[in-house]
Formats: sequence, C-alpha cells, structure tokens
Amino acid sequence: MTKHFEKLALTRRGFVVGTGATAIAVMFGTASGTGEAEAAASQTIGTWIKIGDDGIVTLISPVSEMGQGTKTAVPLMLAEDLDADWSKVRVVQAGASNKLYGNPKFNHQQQTVGSYSVTGYYLTMRLAGAQARQVLLANAAETLKVPVAELTTEPGMVVHAKSKRKIGYGEIAKTAKVPDPLPQVTKADLKPASQFRLIGKDTPRVDVPSKVNGTAEYGMDVQLPGMLYGSIRYPEVQHEKVLTVDDSEAKKVPGVVKIVTLPVGVGVIANTVEGAMRAKEALKVTWSKTAPGQTYTQDRVLADYRTIAADWSKPGITMVKKGDADAALKGAAKVLTAEYYSEHVSHVCMEPLNATAWVQGDKVQVWSGNQAPAVMQILASIAAGTKPDNVTVNTMLLGGGFGRRSDGDDVMHATMLAKAADGHPVKLIWNRSDDMMNDKFRPLTVQRLEIGLDAKGDIVGWRHRIVNETYLGRVLPPPVFKAIGMHDVVSGGGGEMNYAVGNHRVEWARAARGVDVGAWRGIAAGYTKFAIETLIDELAANKKMDPLQYRLSLLKDDPRSAAVVQAVADMAKWTEKRPDGRALGLAYSDALNSHTAAVVEVSVDDKTGAIKVHHVWAAVDAGMAVQPKNIEAQMRGAMTFGLGAALREQIHIENGVVQERNFDTYQVMRMSDVPEMTVKVISNANEPTGIGEAGVPVVAPAIANAVAKLTGKRLRHLPMTPDRVKQALG
Amino acid sequence: MSSFTFTINGKSTTVTAEADTPLLWVVREHLKLTGTKFGCGAGLCGACTVHLDGKAVRSCQTQVSEVKGRKVTTIEGLSANADHPLQKAWVAEQVPQCGYCQSGQIMQAAELLAKNKNPSREEIVTHMDGNICRCGTYPQIIAAIQTAAKG
Repeated sequence: MTKHFEKLALTRRGFVVGTGATAIAVMFGTASGTGEAEAAASQTIGTWIKIGDDGIVTLISPVSEMGQGTKTAVPLMLAEDLDADWSKVRVVQAGASNKLYGNPKFNHQQQTVGSYSVTGYYLTMRLAGAQARQVLLANAAETLKVPVAELTTEPGMVVHAKSKRKIGYGEIAKTAKVPDPLPQVTKADLKPASQFRLIGKDTPRVDVPSKVNGTAEYGMDVQLPGMLYGSIRYPEVQHEKVLTVDDSEAKKVPGVVKIVTLPVGVGVIANTVEGAMRAKEALKVTWSKTAPGQTYTQDRVLADYRTIAADWSKPGITMVKKGDADAALKGAAKVLTAEYYSEHVSHVCMEPLNATAWVQGDKVQVWSGNQAPAVMQILASIAAGTKPDNVTVNTMLLGGGFGRRSDGDDVMHATMLAKAADGHPVKLIWNRSDDMMNDKFRPLTVQRLEIGLDAKGDIVGWRHRIVNETYLGRVLPPPVFKAIGMHDVVSGGGGEMNYAVGNHRVEWARAARGVDVGAWRGIAAGYTKFAIETLIDELAANKKMDPLQYRLSLLKDDPRSAAVVQAVADMAKWTEKRPDGRALGLAYSDALNSHTAAVVEVSVDDKTGAIKVHHVWAAVDAGMAVQPKNIEAQMRGAMTFGLGAALREQIHIENGVVQERNFDTYQVMRMSDVPEMTVKVISNANEPTGIGEAGVPVVAPAIANAVAKLTGKRLRHLPMTPDRVKQALG
Repeated sequence: MSSFTFTINGKSTTVTAEADTPLLWVVREHLKLTGTKFGCGAGLCGACTVHLDGKAVRSCQTQVSEVKGRKVTTIEGLSANADHPLQKAWVAEQVPQCGYCQSGQIMQAAELLAKNKNPSREEIVTHMDGNICRCGTYPQIIAAIQTAAKG
C-alpha cells in the first residue's frame, strides 16, 4: 500500500477497498465539485470513488474514451455492485498513474489497448463496488439501530423494509465512519445477474450528449491563456535529420514567433494556427539521407520477406509450440502450402494527432487524447528534461485511437516545442499529411503456412511463419523486450487458434527494413486470421466437406466457439441457395479472447474485379455483455474497419516516402460502401472479454472464402483490390 | 491582416485575420467554437461542416473573406438547447463512438432535412457520402436521420 493510501485509510472519511496490487480509494465528501476539482483530487490522493453528502457519486474512469464506450462501461460495473443511482453518478477521467489505475490484466499498466478495458477491470470494479456498499450498509445499520442483515439497497439508498425506512447514500455520507475492521467481500458477494440494474441494460453512454452539441473536449480543442500554436516540418523519409534550414520566407508569415530546429524536424511556433501551418510550408529544409527507410519500397520488401518466410532455418521467435509439427509434416501424406501477403494500412483517426504542452520551469503539463497516460508522462519528461513526477497528464477524449494513440510522438514533439516557447503553452497540430506520413502502420506482412495431412485429409501438423517488423521491439525499452522473450504479440501474434490441431508451430521472424509499424485495431489477428481462416476453407474443400461442418468438427471440444459458428450460419441461412452471381463465405476468430464468427454475401464484377459485399452477419460471444447495444455498435464499426483493410486501404511507400497523404488517395469506407450488417450478441455468465477489435479479423477471410466459392479462385493478398481480383481471375 | 464582420450563431462578430484564412481556424481557434472539427483540410471528410446562409459548406475550404456579411451557423448554434430533432435522435440512437466527425455529420444532415422532410435511405446516403466516420457509425447515422425525419 502506498503512503497516501495509508494516510487515507487512517482517516475517518476515507478508506481503501480491493486487494493486492489494485487498491481503490473511497472518500466520503462534501457536495461534488466540478469535474476538474475531482480530477485534481484523484491525481493527488488517488480517490476512485467519492460519495458526496448530496448523494452524487463520482467515479474515476481509469481508461481512455476513444469511442469504444468504456468511460461508461467500466464505472458502470462498479456502480452495479455499489447499487448506485446511475442518474447521480458522475464519471471523471483519471490522471496518469500505473500504480493507481493500472489495468489488472495488462501488467498493471494504465493503457487502453488490446480490448482489455472491460475484461481487465471487471472483477476489480465489481468487488470494489460491493465492498463500498458494505461500508454504507454498516453505517446505515448504526444510524437506524438495526442489524445489518435486515438491510438491503435500492439505487442510491439503504432500505430497512421492516420499519419502511430509507436512508440515501448522501445522507449516510454526511456522518459516515469507516468501520473497523473493514467489511470484506469475495466473488460470492457480488450481485447475481438476475438482480442487475445496469449490466446488460444498455445504459446510455455518458459521453454521447457532449458529442452532439459541440461541447465534447478532444485534445484538439484545448484552449489555454497565452497559448501558441505549433507545427513541425518532418522529413519525407522517417528518421532523417535536419541538415540546413532556410527560414527567410517562413519568418515573413504573419504571426510567426519562433522557428526552432528539433531532433525530429523543424518546429514553428506562432500565435495563430494558420500562421504556424503556413510558415511550416514556407520552410526550406535539407535532410540527411542515411535512414534505413531510404531503400524501402514495399514490393522489394515483400519479395525479401517471402524468402525469409520459406526458410525455417532463419532465426525466429517461437510464438506457439504444441507437439512436434516439424516431424508431423515430414511424415505427412500430403503437405498443403500457402503464402499470404498483407500491405501496410494506416490508422487515419478522424482527429489528426495533436498535443498541447506547457513547460514552466521543471513542471510540465500536457493535454492529449491518448491511450497510455503514464507513457505520455515519461515521454514528456524526456522532452522537457525533467522527472516524470513533474509531468501532469490531462487525458482528453480521443477522436479515434485504433492503436495509434499509445505512441506519444505527438506529446513528445509538443513538449519539445513548449520547451522553446518561453513559458507559453503550445498546441501542436498535425495536418492530415503529417498524420499519414508519420503513422505507425500495420506492418507489411508475409505469412507462410504448411499443413501436413494424412491419407484421409485430416490435419496432422500445422506450421505457420510470420515475417514482419516489430512493434513492441520499437516501443519497449530493450531489456523489457528481452525479458518478454521478444514475444511480440502485436506484430507476430495471432497464430493461436481454438481448432483441434495437435502438432502446431508458429514462428515470428522480425525483419526490420526501416519503417515504423504500430498496433492497428485487431493487431496481428487482422492478418493471421485471414491466412488461417481461408486455409481452413481450402482444407475443407480438400476433404470435400462443407466449410461450416468442417469448422464444427474442429471445434467439437469447444462448445462456445462452435455455438457462435452455428449461430451465424443460422442467421445467414447458410444452406439456402443464393441468387446467381452471389455466394456466402464464413470465418471464425478467437482473437481478443472472444468468439466471433461472420458470414458475408458477395458478388464480383468480372469486368472490373470489384468485390461487392451485400450483407454481413456476425455473432459474438464476449462473455457477459455489459453494454449489449454498444457491443453491436462496436462490432459494426470494427467490421467496417475490417472491410476497409480487406478491400481498399493500403499505404504505398516508395524509397521510404509515404505516397498517400489524405482521403483522396487513402480511401476509407464511406456510407455508400457499407453493407447491411446483422449482429447477434450472445451473453452468458462468463467474465467479459475483448470487444473493441473482435469484429476486424473475421471480415477479410469471410470475403475471400465467398469469392473462392463464387469463382474458384483463392485470394491471398490484402487488400483484395479490383486489380488483384482481376489478376486472380485471369 | 484585415477585419471581417459576419454573423455567427446569430451574433455579429469581427475577426482580424489574413483574407485567405480558412473559416475553420477562425471558428475554432479565433472564436473558440471548437465543436467544428479539423479532419483533412482538403474538403474530403466533412468533419468541418458548418452552415453558410443555411447551406452546408466545408469550413476548411471556405476563406474568411468569403463570409463577410453572411450568416455562419456551427454545431453550437444549431439549436438553443441541443434540442434539434437530429441532436435528439443522435442521442436516442446512441450514434457517436469517438464522436469527432459527428458535428459535421449532424450539420450535413440538418441541411438535408431542411430541404427534404422525408428522405429515402438512398437520398440519405447520397447526401451524407462526403462525411467520413472512421468508427463506422454509418448505420446508426442513417437510423438517426430516419428517426428525426419521423419527428
């Protein structure tokens, strides 16, 4: 327990619930103040729950809200077992602290990544709520002079049915004392599902009203007294350095305050945003030509990766090892081999990256929409040359994250500018071109799968080799990366599968070629499931089995997976004949610990090669559905993301220069592109699992499988653009 | 630098800026009406959509000199209490995810409903296709426009 927790635990008005590494501080307080005051209190004393004497319950959201709905879902789980009156709950964004707010299932890091929020905080929130409720009950028992066993709760109040007396949480808070010893709770004390008032009831999201009237505050919206604007001219090829700067024209732009050479480019500080952006364009800069990315052209890299993929003697990291796949393949009657390619794709969050920093002496404040506040704290401290404890992070709403807003390059660069801004806060805004050329793309990936079959066509061994650049190797300190065995689940993961395969070997080979890559919604499963699920269809064809029946046979020992696959087949009426020129394709994914299956109905334009998706059906089992309609919305959104990556989105890099710089050349899904989507959420008593990304991986393989059924041609290169389809059709 | 006077959300205002400054930056950073969003700076995404004399325009492609003496409406001025039928429908249908594009979506949709009280699905899609939502809330946007049209 940390020092301030000890102090808090000793006061009569505050106590700490939860056990182990996650301690939840609770305070009884006076009337609730503004959100800012609550946030400040949370940062200084770590208060997670505040029960005000006005009955307002203020809860911390430890996670970042980027549209996935966790600013509602995570506090809601606590409110359920506290039996709080949701109409009196206020949610406040947490400050930066792994210690106070770290995700119990994500190594206690305060990161909103990997679809870990609801699943990671689930038990902690519910137990904390239950324990805090016990404290309220104990106090009410004393006030009402009745045994605690006779008391129950209604939302926001304790009820003594026998005497028909009620006492509100606010009333209790006025005089509440912390009982000694503190009541303890276990899982058995959690509210049974039959009594849920919030979980599973589709509570409206707390952030939605502000998002329809212009008051929602994203990083981009920060306004501070004396604030200046920043813009940075970046090299065309990542990681090149500034050699010479001619700023004579840039200095003439009205509003320019200062031009400063930074380690990452040339910074402009101006008193208007338009001045900063114009001056940036007017700079004449020469750059070094030594970065490894100079030779990066993706066709060349892809050819190179293919060689590495085929050669198992080349070094790699073991990601999955079950049985002896190598021996099984040697003894196989037949080996089916296939290679899969996936191009770089870009995050293109609607809100281009930006951050505001204010350096005052050795103190730094930053404002940013980010997925990892404690990482921002460290990066800003490095940029400002101060200690992380001197940095305050204000996490704003994120205008899209999708994995891009964990890196913190925006925060670091804004802090570099602010350090040169003589005590003024600086808001750094990237334009769309900055955002795309400096993106941390989903890695360009080559995969090779070799499946050993016996005489009956049954799988005896499965080898899967994934070749790409590392994400974790770039963002983790080298000793930390080494300590996890260089097991990069973001770039090289996703090879695991629930199918019954005895001899299974997955290896990831890192092949650095000078372009930064990142975590992109769905991470590795976004391409590994494309390979696995289309190959499963080929194996079914080889065995002359229906792809649905084949999957069910491989999932016979995994009832939850099988149920999801069967459910989506039923939804889509899998066995019913389709109109001429259309076919169905199926795919299943166990990524993010959730069970997801999709069926798509497609047609192909023979002349143009364009694939049209007419309908998508999806079923998902992510355990207990905390916010079922939000899960549906996440599925639709993630599948739309998946459609883009399946059909259209790709970044071209020529000699290190990113070619796509805006939505004209980098085309994402628009309203007219989106097919009808039918989603079924299967809820059960299992602990909730990841949902923000679960819809991505199934889309591309389902489409490829449908195209194969329709045309007999297997597509193995993402995205499946009209050109590639035409080429495949011959 | 020159001065430009125009009406924004019913109030007259005067700003000093270069004549070719995008209205987007004038609205967001000079006037601090940050509900209007910067997305692409090239008229490709619709996040910056405002009304100019009642017509939906991309504020990143509109220069401040063009709005002199005219009426600009942003999301903050669409209704008195966030009670435009579209805003109510957006909440009822829980449309926004990240929400960043939604001011632009609502302003674009408001133009449609102002001239077509009962748009078909196809008319909605045609009118809204220039507004990107990276979170993929399109089905909910369509539902909300239909809800608002029903009144």
